[in-house]
Amino acid sequence: MSAAAAGDVLAPRELQGPSTAARFYRPALRFIKKQPLGAFGLLIVIILVVLAALPSVIAPQRYDDFDVTARLQAPSMDYFFGTDQLGRDNFSRIIYASRTSVIIGFSAVLVAAAIATAVGVSSAYFGGWFDTVFQRLIDVWMSFPGLIFIVFVVAIFGNGRGTIILTLGLLYGAGSSRVIRSAALTVRSMSYIEAVRATGAGDLRIILRHVIPNVTPIIIVNASVQVGAVILAESSLSFLGFGTPPPFPSWGRMLGEAQTYMTQHPHLALFPGAAIALTVYGCNMLGDALRDTLDPRLRRGA
Amino acid sequence: MNTYVIQRLLLILPTMFGVTVVLFMAVRFLPGDAVDQMLGDFGAASPELRRQLEERYSLNNSIPQQYVDWMGELVTGDLGTSITSGRSVSSELQRRLPATFQLGLLAMAFSLMISLPIGIVSAVKQNTPIDYAARSLAIMLLSVPSFWLGLLAITYGFAWFGWTPPLRYEQIWEDPIANLQILWVPALILGGLLSGTTMRIMRSTMLEVLREDYIRTARAKGLGARLVVMRHGLRNAILPVITVIGLQVPVVVGGTVLLERIFSIPGMGSYLLTSLSQRDYPVVQAIVLISASFIILTNLLVDLSYSVIDPRIRYR
Repeated sequence: MSAAAAGDVLAPRELQGPSTAARFYRPALRFIKKQPLGAFGLLIVIILVVLAALPSVIAPQRYDDFDVTARLQAPSMDYFFGTDQLGRDNFSRIIYASRTSVIIGFSAVLVAAAIATAVGVSSAYFGGWFDTVFQRLIDVWMSFPGLIFIVFVVAIFGNGRGTIILTLGLLYGAGSSRVIRSAALTVRSMSYIEAVRATGAGDLRIILRHVIPNVTPIIIVNASVQVGAVILAESSLSFLGFGTPPPFPSWGRMLGEAQTYMTQHPHLALFPGAAIALTVYGCNMLGDALRDTLDPRLRRGA
Repeated sequence: MNTYVIQRLLLILPTMFGVTVVLFMAVRFLPGDAVDQMLGDFGAASPELRRQLEERYSLNNSIPQQYVDWMGELVTGDLGTSITSGRSVSSELQRRLPATFQLGLLAMAFSLMISLPIGIVSAVKQNTPIDYAARSLAIMLLSVPSFWLGLLAITYGFAWFGWTPPLRYEQIWEDPIANLQILWVPALILGGLLSGTTMRIMRSTMLEVLREDYIRTARAKGLGARLVVMRHGLRNAILPVITVIGLQVPVVVGGTVLLERIFSIPGMGSYLLTSLSQRDYPVVQAIVLISASFIILTNLLVDLSYSVIDPRIRYR
């Protein structure tokens, strides 16, 4: 039974199925019921995306509004998270900074997943000198410690958003291409691949229809872990002072700046870090739940 | 098998070559050089002084020539001399390397002690409260930025427990207790971060493996649950885990950079950041090269362990 035949059976049922709205709600409800933690993660991610999209509507002040008479205030009803050394409202700045994390986090993971799949699968599938050359290039690439590498790139090419996204993508893509390659190696040695080849399928068809679908769970697990990890990496970079440029805030830089004042004013260190932790936690929870839902092998079992 | 091992060992050479070339070029591409910094210190930029300084540090040679010189020094075991301090890099690293190494190893040990047992139990008890608790823990460990924990440990550690990182760093051979008093907190923070990833991969691969037919067979023949998991499960599930542990070495290096800065540990990471901002080429090159060599070595071990642990993967 080929995949095309299965599609023919499914198509008519889809057409006469329930209304579009019901078709969307039912799986959504099932997701919330079966994956409460994942739904919670989804909620955090939705809030994050809304904050990142509409900071000027939600935040009480702009990120660069300052009031020198209200410097280093503790949290109060006027300033929920207190103010920083320039008298800027930390609550508003944290809301604006979500944009930095969302844009860099999601774009870099997409770049990484595309690179990792292409390199990992083709390297495992074709093997031989192709594999050797690619693996050696990746060896060179990955021999540089990630954080140090990005710091270098930023020092050379500047701290533009595009540069950081591409570098993080290349970095995390190289890492997961290894994992995907090792999974694809196992898939390649399975007898069903041999069977498909015996039916006369070409390399491209085998890769697209048989190898990639079988490593997709690994790709998704990897990407799901990475959204959070990339957001963390971006904040580490900003913490060290190599992130996207001021005045637009980022959580990592807020923490970096907090170091000078934090012993007297711990709120400066507390809230931006909590924002990073909560965001990354939400992304990871959602990623976990998506994996459990999407991975056919995990779905089938007990 | 032995030919594979030899081949793999030989392949280190092109990798090392690639690393030195990329590193060397990257350092040269950095805007500004150490001489700029020094001229800044003198408050004057006379072309004559500049020429003298460049000659002194061989920065006036052509770039290929500089590369060849550097390689020549490396082959004789000379890591170069710091432009800023005038001291040899290896003497400086003799004090700094052990600190970083110790921090990294301690973190790895903490990580494995936390992650492997919890990951396995979590898979075996899938969808029980134990599993939910373990998964939430893993995700929390993954989510909390290590540098934030470091900042909080310093801020609140003093306020609540009267704990403060000792001001003077002691080497382990000078004063082991004082040394560990400094290192255990950053190592635990870094280890916690690492254990999140390992725990998740351990759980998910173990779950996959536990659904395999040979596990059912092992159970059917009456093997005890513990033996099934440890002998048949773990051996098959450990491959991706080893990959991930290998992949974590760069994370460890990056983590030590952050935590060394926060806890004022005089290790390689903090030295690198200072040298990078001073454009102290020889120091930057030496440190990145050492980290890179270490990563290459662990990658090699990961690759070699594949074929030992999983005989289904055959290299020819």
